[in-house]
Amino acid sequence: MELNAGAPMNFLKNIAFLMIVGCGMAALAAGLVPPHSGPPAVAPTGVDEGIRQAIGRVDKAFAAAWSREGIQPALPADALTVARRLSLGLTGTIPSLEEIRKLEALPEGDRLDWWISHLLHDRRYADFVAERFARVFVGTENGPFIFFRRRKFVLWLAAEIARNRPYDQIVRDLITTGGLWTDKPATNFITVTIEPDNKEKQNQPDPVRLAGRVTRAFLGIRLDCAQCHDHPFADWKQGDFEGFAAFFGQTRVGFRGVHDGSGEFKVQDRKTREYRVVEPRVARSPELLPEDGSLRQRLAAWVTHRENPWFAKATVNRLWAILCGQPLVSPIDNLEAVESHPEALSILADDFSRNGYDLARLVRIIAGTRAYRHESLSRLDSSEKAEKAWASFPLSRLRPEQVAGSVIQAASISTIDAESHLVTRLMRFGEQNDFVKRYGDSGDDEFDGRGGTIPQRLVMMNGKLVLEKTRGGPFNTTTRVEWLAGNDESALEALFLATLTRRPDREEREHFTRALADRNGSRGGNIQDIFWALVNSAEFSWNH
Amino acid sequence: MEPLGRRRFLRATLAGSTWLGPLASHLARAAEADHSGAPARSVIVLWLAGGPSQLETFDPHPGSKIAGGTRHIATAVKDIFLAEGLERVAEQMASISLIRSMMSREGDHERGTYNLKTGFRPDPTVTHPSLGAVACRELPVESCEIPRHVSILHSQWPGRGGYLGDAFDAFLTGDPLGPVPDTRSYLTPARDRARVDHLGALDRTFGRGREKRVEATLHRETMRSALKMMTSEQLKAFDVSLEPQATRRMYGETPFGRGCLAARRLIETGVRCVEVNLGGWDTHANNHQFVSNNLKILDPAFAGLIRDLRERGLLDRTLVLCMGEFGRTPSINPAGGRDHWPGGFSIALAGGGIRGGRVVGETDPDGRKEPASQVQVGGLFATIFTALGIDYQKVNQTPIGRTVRFSEGQPLEKLLGGS
Repeated sequence: MELNAGAPMNFLKNIAFLMIVGCGMAALAAGLVPPHSGPPAVAPTGVDEGIRQAIGRVDKAFAAAWSREGIQPALPADALTVARRLSLGLTGTIPSLEEIRKLEALPEGDRLDWWISHLLHDRRYADFVAERFARVFVGTENGPFIFFRRRKFVLWLAAEIARNRPYDQIVRDLITTGGLWTDKPATNFITVTIEPDNKEKQNQPDPVRLAGRVTRAFLGIRLDCAQCHDHPFADWKQGDFEGFAAFFGQTRVGFRGVHDGSGEFKVQDRKTREYRVVEPRVARSPELLPEDGSLRQRLAAWVTHRENPWFAKATVNRLWAILCGQPLVSPIDNLEAVESHPEALSILADDFSRNGYDLARLVRIIAGTRAYRHESLSRLDSSEKAEKAWASFPLSRLRPEQVAGSVIQAASISTIDAESHLVTRLMRFGEQNDFVKRYGDSGDDEFDGRGGTIPQRLVMMNGKLVLEKTRGGPFNTTTRVEWLAGNDESALEALFLATLTRRPDREEREHFTRALADRNGSRGGNIQDIFWALVNSAEFSWNH
Repeated sequence: MEPLGRRRFLRATLAGSTWLGPLASHLARAAEADHSGAPARSVIVLWLAGGPSQLETFDPHPGSKIAGGTRHIATAVKDIFLAEGLERVAEQMASISLIRSMMSREGDHERGTYNLKTGFRPDPTVTHPSLGAVACRELPVESCEIPRHVSILHSQWPGRGGYLGDAFDAFLTGDPLGPVPDTRSYLTPARDRARVDHLGALDRTFGRGREKRVEATLHRETMRSALKMMTSEQLKAFDVSLEPQATRRMYGETPFGRGCLAARRLIETGVRCVEVNLGGWDTHANNHQFVSNNLKILDPAFAGLIRDLRERGLLDRTLVLCMGEFGRTPSINPAGGRDHWPGGFSIALAGGGIRGGRVVGETDPDGRKEPASQVQVGGLFATIFTALGIDYQKVNQTPIGRTVRFSEGQPLEKLLGGS
């Protein structure tokens, strides 16, 4: 299904235009120049002592690893660089100029702690992180329409993340919830595996696909390989996979939605073509599997058991990847295939399981570590060894909606967030969809470190979104800078902060001051050319 | 991931080069494969989205209970009959072969499309490249300044690069009457130059202290190629208005007809794979009416393409496929429609490497028995790759280190070895 935003969207755009014009010019100046006085309304939140200690443990482990390998780590990055990473990782867009001004009004030492709290309380965090998790839980496909409501599922997940519900509880809901997919959104985790057009399966969920999802998404293990053959790297046998799938062997879907039936789980032998009964069985740590409850309840308890090390590790690895652009251990869902893991993974996983699977706490810890807060550059240029050891921050390509969101945010001085008027948000979603399609969505494989593509450059250079956001318009950054910036210096500063979340360096200031004064073009045109170049730079479309 | 060899090569050549300076990336590619002697060098896929009814196209069973009144017509090849409405395609039958016993296990549009575009069933542990991506990866580059994998007209699931990397994704474009999307600068050349100059200034700052990693983003390389494409003469390959009126009329003055004409112009320019999309085949209701309307578009376009390619001496090195994600049920439902049917549907193949005028497989006129001489999707892909001179058994590494072949099937010898 596609969002057809034709006529009604134009109508809404017109209304939005009138409203914003009606708001008056005074509002336009907000954010462009630094405020004269007054700290932001939200007071900085002190960092919990337990969090501080956990950060210390992770930093110590990394430092030991670097010194063992003789690697010189990068220098700490400045607060704005880290704030940009945080915004991209937690909300999917860059900070607005308005937010940057608020951040810079704080004492230097308080800025990032305040920034993390600010983002964790922003609804954009829950929405964006829910979407990233949903890709793993139910995939990117729209799925079987009769049985599956992706939007409902993501909204539910976002609500759970917004209230910081313990992650193990969320996962138990996904595995065990019964009822209708329209009424109990968590059940969509089960129903997405129904294939309505496959007559053999009679509109029932697929235990094999569910087993694959559970192991990859929640445990970071690719058990699916063992569906056809014994696992190539790890010690998993085909029978282990079948035993795991058997936990979904009684999961049924009927008029009242997902429920537990009875019966045995049978698989067809690949060679003899005969069916045989498979008993539910976990291949590892069977002592963690409770005796009581339905098959799904027992499986959920085993998956999320505090003594099951893979559950916490897989979650830590995924959240690390969402924040940094790359997982701590790669590939993200094949932890067992990697010979040795950095000690940081166990430290973070241990803290996560000991502290009630608190996602917000985990965000604060990861974002507080040295590995997260140092530069992506180093004096010696980094070797692959240093990169692998997280001795400098990695460069990763932004996802299409991160690029679209950032273009839209850069073009607006004030923050486009969940509190903005509904119309603005609708416009944002409509614009993003078209752009995402042309920019190319990497689908489920989102952390595999690719370079950019030619169509991406074309859509950024000549596409509609960037054109509309670059050219003059009463609420575009370019126009506001033209009207309101007192001099070249403040114009350049506003343009750089709004797009790259940094100030121009000396060489850039010289180059662009000359460009602003170019008599061949109008001042407005020159400003637009600079804005265009800023959003078309490599720096803009890569996390760094 | 981009193939490592290429990455390394780029790193080596980029070091020390000036911004957007000339690159020898084509050399890196050209060294990868030499296909002299291979039959076909390009592939055109006419994608009939929604699942076309085999009974109203390439596999009619007139007079039977399942026909629902559909009649057949004679073709240029004795003993091969097509459904009424494909009169012009029938004239080209000596160049076209049919598989009437295609078997897949995917009855869902999205999964079926994946299956028939990649040769594999959807697999949560790997994303397979589509046919066009493999062709672009394996066939020589020549001097092509425009994307070598193109998808014309709207498609919900256009060809993807999969584990070969999204550099192999299809470039999406619309009705060739309109401009090629995102290739036109809206500025004067002077302002364009100013902007590219600005980019250089920003790039110097970003590259400082992370030169190698900024190179690995391929930003400069892709920007250079994009700028080259914007000013390339080869963009005219998309512009069908440059064709004589008579040729355009032969293909049909429809978006799909123009798409097929543009496809011919593109492969002449060195493009490796063009997918031309025609929707409207998901005929759960009023099947006969809808299909008959679609054939008015498909018939002149498909036939015109074959004829045009032959007259220009291009048919021998261009493989043409006409297919969708599955077929439709032999039985007609109460709404006069046919439902999804992956177990015995038809596809048409023509051109380079494929013998014309042959039929593989046979379906039951009563729609009850399984088709004879069944062809699995893997076998179809092994056949296509062989026709293109691509080693279908070539083993590739996916990003997670799993090994996958281009195709798991065996080629259909009956169809190979001619044109």
